[in-house]
Amino acid sequence: MSDWIRPRHLPEALEILATAPGPHRVISGGTDLMVECHLAPERRAESWLDISGLRELQGLQITEEGIRIGAATSLEAIRRHTEVVAHWPMLAASAAVTGAPPIQNRATLGGNVCNASPAADNAPALLAYGARLEIVHHHGSRWLPYGDFHLGYRKTALQPGELLSALWIPYPPKHSRGYFRKVGTRAAQAIAKVSIAALIEVNSDGIIQSAHFGMASVAATPCALPSVSQYLLGRALCDIADMQVRQKVKQDIAPIQDIRSTTAYRLEIASRLVLEAIHRRSESKKEN
Amino acid sequence: MSLTLVKQRTDQQTASPRRVDGVAKIRGTALYVDDLPCADVLHGATVRTTAAGGTLQEVVFDPAIDWSEFVVVTARDIPGMNAVKLLENDQVVLVDRAFRHAGEAVVLLAHADPEKLGMALKGVSLVELPNTAPIFDIDAALAAQQEIIPGNIYTDYLLDRGDVAEGEHLADVVIEERFLTPSQEQLYIEPQGMLAHLQKDGSILVEGSMQCPYYVLDALVQCMGMDKDHLRVVQSTTGGAFGGKEDYPSVIACHAALLALKAGGRSVKLVYERGEDLRVTPKRHPSRTLISLGANKAGELQFIDMDFAIDGGAYRTLSPVVLSRGVIHAPGPYKCPHIRVRGRAVATNHPPFGAFRGFGAPQSIFAMEVAMDRLARKLAMDPAELRRINLLRTGDVNPTGDVVGADCFAHATLDVALEHTHYYQRLAEYRAWNAAGHQTRKGIGLATFAHGAGFTGNGELHLASRVSLQALANGHVEILCSNTEMGQGAATTLVQIAADALGLPMDRVHLAQADTSRVPNSGPTVASRTCMVVGELIQKAAGQLLQRLRETAELAAPHDAQSFAAACARLCAVAGDTLVTAQYQPPADMRWDEQAFLGRAYASYAWAAYIAEVEVDVLTLETRVLDFTAVQEIGDAVHPVIVQGQIEGGVAQGIGYALYEDVLWNERGVMANDRLTNYIIPTSADLGFMHVVLLEGGLGAGPKGAKGVGELPMDGPAPAIVNAIQQALDIDICQIPVKPEMLLELTMSRGN
Amino acid sequence: MSTTMRINGEAFQSSSAPNARLLDVLRNECDLKGTKEGCGEGECGACAVLVNGKLVNSCLVPLGQMERAEITTVEGLPEDTALARAFVQCGATQCGICTPGMMLAATALLAEHANPTLEEIRWGLSGNLCRCTGYGRIYAAIAQAAGGFADV
Repeated sequence: MSDWIRPRHLPEALEILATAPGPHRVISGGTDLMVECHLAPERRAESWLDISGLRELQGLQITEEGIRIGAATSLEAIRRHTEVVAHWPMLAASAAVTGAPPIQNRATLGGNVCNASPAADNAPALLAYGARLEIVHHHGSRWLPYGDFHLGYRKTALQPGELLSALWIPYPPKHSRGYFRKVGTRAAQAIAKVSIAALIEVNSDGIIQSAHFGMASVAATPCALPSVSQYLLGRALCDIADMQVRQKVKQDIAPIQDIRSTTAYRLEIASRLVLEAIHRRSESKKEN
Repeated sequence: MSLTLVKQRTDQQTASPRRVDGVAKIRGTALYVDDLPCADVLHGATVRTTAAGGTLQEVVFDPAIDWSEFVVVTARDIPGMNAVKLLENDQVVLVDRAFRHAGEAVVLLAHADPEKLGMALKGVSLVELPNTAPIFDIDAALAAQQEIIPGNIYTDYLLDRGDVAEGEHLADVVIEERFLTPSQEQLYIEPQGMLAHLQKDGSILVEGSMQCPYYVLDALVQCMGMDKDHLRVVQSTTGGAFGGKEDYPSVIACHAALLALKAGGRSVKLVYERGEDLRVTPKRHPSRTLISLGANKAGELQFIDMDFAIDGGAYRTLSPVVLSRGVIHAPGPYKCPHIRVRGRAVATNHPPFGAFRGFGAPQSIFAMEVAMDRLARKLAMDPAELRRINLLRTGDVNPTGDVVGADCFAHATLDVALEHTHYYQRLAEYRAWNAAGHQTRKGIGLATFAHGAGFTGNGELHLASRVSLQALANGHVEILCSNTEMGQGAATTLVQIAADALGLPMDRVHLAQADTSRVPNSGPTVASRTCMVVGELIQKAAGQLLQRLRETAELAAPHDAQSFAAACARLCAVAGDTLVTAQYQPPADMRWDEQAFLGRAYASYAWAAYIAEVEVDVLTLETRVLDFTAVQEIGDAVHPVIVQGQIEGGVAQGIGYALYEDVLWNERGVMANDRLTNYIIPTSADLGFMHVVLLEGGLGAGPKGAKGVGELPMDGPAPAIVNAIQQALDIDICQIPVKPEMLLELTMSRGN
Repeated sequence: MSTTMRINGEAFQSSSAPNARLLDVLRNECDLKGTKEGCGEGECGACAVLVNGKLVNSCLVPLGQMERAEITTVEGLPEDTALARAFVQCGATQCGICTPGMMLAATALLAEHANPTLEEIRWGLSGNLCRCTGYGRIYAAIAQAAGGFADV
């Protein structure tokens, strides 16, 4: 027997998740879940917890350290938000290429993250910016670096009774620049074949202070590139060996062949995109 | 021989009147089959085979379900012949024992509640003895020991002119290539469906989404074992078709009718959900072409030798006709003394392939046009120059041995295209760009072709199309024909032609709904024949009507709408015959030998030169179309905006064919990417503006010299785009779609 | 359980289940057939409607989230607008099945960009597939309704 519960306040939602006989599937924008129901109609019989009415999960607030984005904030609101565009342009860019306008008007950042597709469009930017997740439950809350959220194919660190309430993103370091690119099957309404977000910080001597990456569709989960980051840390921009970078990329990803693309393409393009991110940072350093 | 640029016509204001169906469509009031009001309707669903051919041993109904609640139909319920009426009766309406592909219909179910129906569908299981070695590839079919049909060949054609061996002697430069084109899904945005009603008098009415009401009627006659007087087929507003609704609607109609008959009174609606539509309905024939071209040092073609094969899937359906058109178009609009095109349609265990805009021509023209560019490169000659040297002129003999008459604009269209695109300037600009180490590479590529409109050769004679005009007492006139509006603008252009011929304003002329109980059989809406052939018949009928009104109702000449109305009133008052019918007569010079592919294959050819400009990202190997120019000679543009829309829409589908669209197969030979998420057609974000240049030579076989235009835009884009990409990257491409993955492989293997 | 919304300006109370698709409520309960089902998975846009002024795919919207929502379908668009006239005149509609969704997408676009550039038009329509027109005549119609392109 299908249940549809639409709590008006977050504590109510958390109480239901903790105590009501479930399981309850959490739904906000529905742009993933409603497709699932279409393909597997038996899912409609499940019980649903509709969090789209919870004000506590909506909206964007600028803080001293950065921005807090409510998990149920739409991608459309994120892509056009002046602060996001100004300070987190990679996230504005990835929100703008998620699906197409009718999808962006409904889809939420929290939904994109919790649906945990390896191709999640906004995951790369969140990884590169070092986002933190605010996870709440009936008795409290906890923080989790986004990099620790995806445990395996469509498996997240959310425990029963927990809800993702917000994503916190710090201001990018002063001398950092971002590079975002999505390679999809077409220019809109596309699932990513390979996606990258890169945030590279360089000092006045051209030495890399930090390099954070996020990629989609190259592993079972969205992933950072720790070996690449480590290789680049403390290295001069002019001292980077392309072959080394390629080797590190290969260590950090595990691309597959599927209905959209091939292992060989994903591997090669992932390497090229990482190199491109580094070269562009190099170019913009020269312009400084 | 004069050529008018449509944009320079002086009747721009009036040449393109508002579409007659436009307002209903923008208001959302046009009724498609799924919108038709129907009280108490039952929904239908289909149980299908899972193996890629084999024997059905048993149908098992889950005992936990109360089947008495459902309407259940199997092959045993078929009152007439269990065969889908087409060229051959080899395809069953419902599987009884033997089957040849996965997804063949076995059991039909109906219920008022779609949810219960969905669950019941899962409650029917089939016990199958599968085919152990299914065939899914053209050359595998030709080599296979296992035979679906003798030799796995449906049809074997040969177009043979001169002596290829002689041509090989005369050639200084020869190229040899192998090209592959994939299947392609029509992707009409309205899925297929039918609504069937068993009437109180025992007759059956079927309405739905279709191109050819009389094909459906004939199929119902055969399957239901009923005569035409007890069957009625009506076309609803049809949301796109492109050939995909030419033959399959007959299958759905038979299924819906069988359910309605068994339901004993409640109507049955059988509308496919997108996934099912993608998996089971016919798509474009995949092709494999082996081609060899030879030219002398001056670039003159000495021989064309092609082995062209198409995958027909598990049943014959329309494959022989697709093959015929593919063979005739294969050698292109070129003069060449020695031509051999061997064409074969082969049987495989895929679901049958069928009609899709172009119907065999896009496949063979792709091979020829890309081969021409290869030849140009080997000759160290500009591709446009090679075309110039070989394009047909008036007086030349074409590949089917016919002497080309005044209606030949191959050179003119090429000239206009080169000028319009500043081709040589672009060529130089792109060469410079490519040498400068930018992040992208650019290329400009062309394709020159001619597309024959209407049925091949004697086809129209066999159709014996009839069109009627009905004069009403108020002076309005109804057009009665079986040709259908499916987006291509037939409803508007046929009204325009009739109104023009009758000397009436358009709002006094109406196209009657295509209802087989009312309209004569004017042939199917296929082969780009509607405007040209049926339009011509309408003109003829109009002449007959005017003559009758003049002779028996005192209609003066000249007349206006008022005097016309008065004459109609007079004719009605004396119970005069207000219906005129015109019947197709073949032109005197249509001589066609369909065995030898010799003579005049089509009433008219429309000539074209398409030029694509592309940009390939060096990093990701993604290609985008920078610009596209379609120069198209179409005889006479009855409605320039509609013609432009046909070209633009066809080019968009051609761009999809070239770059994005790929039907991927699973291990049972069924479409694996059976969701719109995974079958990729271009969005508006992928397509900018195109340039369409329409030229009118005035010599087509249709009204005012019009020619059929619906399909031809499908022929040019893929080869033009491939030729452009080849130039941009300096590689050889042998198949479409050209995906980044393929380009990566090609560029990396070259050591880039 | 019932859900009360406003559809094309009129109050409507639906008794369908909360997990019902808005598309089905519109077509079957309200008998508004203008909104079409082309794919059922939010890819084609034939089911697009405006909810609280925003373009959405009604095949992906659960009824349970529509309490007090303002919904506009193609039937709710004013009949004789510059956009409607332009669509008919410019050849922006052929088979018509994508047209209701396109009209709503165009309406939403023009509400935000009264004089859009070609790029803005193309992005605004990118969630609405058309198989017949190749989009060119649709761009032209929207530009005509807006009084011309901002950049072309």
